Amino acid sequence: MSNEAILHDQVTGVHDLGHTAHEHHHHQSFISKYVFSQDHKMIAKQFLITGMIWAIIGGFFSVLFRLQLGYPESTFPWLEDFLGHWAKGGKLDPEFYYSLVTMHGTILVFFVLTAGLSGTFSNFLIPLQVGARDMASPFLNMLSYWFFFMASIVMLTSLFVQTGPASGGWTIYPPLSALGEASEGSKIGMDLWLVSMALFIINALLGGLNYIATILNLRTKGMSMTRMPLTMWAFFFTAVLGVLSFPVLLSGAILLLFDRNLGTSFFLSDIVINGKILPNEGGSPILFQHLFWFLGHPEVYIIILPAMGIASEVMSVNSRKPIFGYMAMVGSLFAITALAFLVWAHHMFVTGLNPFLGSFFVLLTLLIAVPSAIKVFNWLTTLWRGNIRFTPGMLFSIGFVSIFISGGLTGIFLGNSALDIHLHDTYFVIAHFHIVMGVAGMFGMFAGLYHWYPKMFGRYLNDTLAYIHFWVTMVGAYLIFWPMHYEGLAGMPRRYYDFSNWESFKMFAGLNEFISFVSIIVFAAQLLFVFNFFYSMFKGRKVTTQNPWGANTLEWSTPIRPGHGNWPGEIPEVHRWAYDYGKDGREFIPQTEPVGEHESKH
Amino acid sequence: MNQQNKRIHPHKFTLWVGISSIVMMFAGLTSAYIVKRSQANWITFDLPVIFWYSTAVIILSSITIIISANNFRDRERPRYRQWLLITLILGILFVVMQTIGFIQLWQSGITLTRNVAFSFLYIIVGLHAVHVIAGVITLIVIYLKTFSVKVKSYSAVPVEMISTYWHFVDFLWIYLLIFLLMIR
Repeated sequence: MSNEAILHDQVTGVHDLGHTAHEHHHHQSFISKYVFSQDHKMIAKQFLITGMIWAIIGGFFSVLFRLQLGYPESTFPWLEDFLGHWAKGGKLDPEFYYSLVTMHGTILVFFVLTAGLSGTFSNFLIPLQVGARDMASPFLNMLSYWFFFMASIVMLTSLFVQTGPASGGWTIYPPLSALGEASEGSKIGMDLWLVSMALFIINALLGGLNYIATILNLRTKGMSMTRMPLTMWAFFFTAVLGVLSFPVLLSGAILLLFDRNLGTSFFLSDIVINGKILPNEGGSPILFQHLFWFLGHPEVYIIILPAMGIASEVMSVNSRKPIFGYMAMVGSLFAITALAFLVWAHHMFVTGLNPFLGSFFVLLTLLIAVPSAIKVFNWLTTLWRGNIRFTPGMLFSIGFVSIFISGGLTGIFLGNSALDIHLHDTYFVIAHFHIVMGVAGMFGMFAGLYHWYPKMFGRYLNDTLAYIHFWVTMVGAYLIFWPMHYEGLAGMPRRYYDFSNWESFKMFAGLNEFISFVSIIVFAAQLLFVFNFFYSMFKGRKVTTQNPWGANTLEWSTPIRPGHGNWPGEIPEVHRWAYDYGKDGREFIPQTEPVGEHESKH
Repeated sequence: MNQQNKRIHPHKFTLWVGISSIVMMFAGLTSAYIVKRSQANWITFDLPVIFWYSTAVIILSSITIIISANNFRDRERPRYRQWLLITLILGILFVVMQTIGFIQLWQSGITLTRNVAFSFLYIIVGLHAVHVIAGVITLIVIYLKTFSVKVKSYSAVPVEMISTYWHFVDFLWIYLLIFLLMIR
């Protein structure tokens, strides 16, 4: 495969390793380099920036509905200027409130934490860390991004239709989502949502196929599976989860589209709407929940596994210590992947699920605590007596572990079918999954961004802004979500527009206001990161050494700004695992270095 | 490089992972079918007779594509092209026969929306037909490429991949047929 070393010739000129003889410098137009690029690094950046745009939109939606929840009595005239008839008199329309919640969930879960996280880092790191020129199929990889782009366009369009975007919750349960008459958001907005998700699923499948094939087939010489960094294992299992679970959601979405538009009754039965009896008979809305959660549950691991992999890698590098229990980490990832397919019904304990069947799902759900705990202990023991460098990436990794423990523990409450009867659909659930999946996933993403930004753009992010970003986000995340546990235990239901009418929830008015206030500050801190990201891309401190973090993995053996093909000469051979830190009196030994004669065993 | 050659070609591997993904999609649909069947309001149906003939056609096409791929490996280009064309025609014939089957079903009163059982039948068989059509389109592309004078490819990978995929949609149909016969 040809190398394209002219991406940034002023830099590669300095680091030219003298292997230019066999390269042909094919010309790349702007279109083939930045738009329809087949270079995995450029595709990763496309995923990243699209994901960031979505994160800003999705995050801003949460600010809007937190305004309503925190200040239910107030009006905000600027909202009307901005949202028009969705915020008459400066107060959010209830229909639009539901749209905001739905779109916030959809955008953050799928567009940011799936495409933005695993799309970015799987694309960027897999070829670099296994030692490949590019993905198994660069063309499919490009298609994968463009399907994501089309999904984004369709979803974005749905925000601007007259009746508003989908509003039935991100889980789009029928019959609400199946009947246009049911609500404003169930009209064209819902169709656009389904089409967008179908495109998104194709993106996830094409991407996943590539990740799996690349990791299994294109590893460089000497890179056995057990020599791979944990990031690779995490991305591999993420892709397996996606490839096996997304098609089932596609089935569900197809059936729902038929119910909506062609009059079938897969999910509909005996419905009276506005006094009119619908002809649909024999369908079952519970069936949709099964199809949805068969994806929906693996989906949360699709989000968290990449974050786990990134945190493991960043933590080991910055502790200057080998990762503790490498094989146990791999085993845990495998166990989580396998169990992920067997626990979906714990989202459905209150649907009338057979309690006997439910007890199996309780058991399997609680079993996931075991590999999760193994991973947590291994992270802690990796930190233990390490030579810790508190880089921003490292702080986010440590923060990830803290957040993951806090959120994971409440999962044990919710996984219990008896307790779930009380906690189901309350703010306790909101607190649980926002911490363990949302914030932890974002922390993994930030850890990865701060750590690999120098590899992506050849410059560093600003550290001062990064530390402000970290502490505000870390403290803010706990301040937002910790109080929600109390609200949930008191029975405060999720998805409600206004709690001030309920005597039992009036006592939470001050707390709700506090949560809203903090969430606005945290959102502002994320904008600080966005500024840092784009500012540093052009003005950041330049990377001057090939391996700034002193890391062992292969991506740091490429030039500072690698061209298409990654290595200017031969792909390096690998002789050891990725975690030889602090060994035999040496701070780190890169994977490319042959094992010495007198070297101790690891 | 020797190490690389022993491994399965990455594109072929990608295809297998993709096939597993399609399998999951039909697994989702058929398990939904099983769940629905055990509930009230399920009308059993008979498959049209023409589905038996279409089964014969698609099995036959699996055999012809094997002959075609063998001829490709033996560098018998005209025969390879000829058998590829036969496979292509059989594939189109299969889709036509499925469509006729559906028209017969519709005329006998088994319409899409009358009962959820019929809806499932249409969706499952229809989605399978979509996968066959995707295969037919790929076959057309490969067939047209054999006429290209400028580029002569001796790589067996594309032929072997379409062959694998074709066998897969064949097996998938046989599975679906047995499924729809046994469980209704």
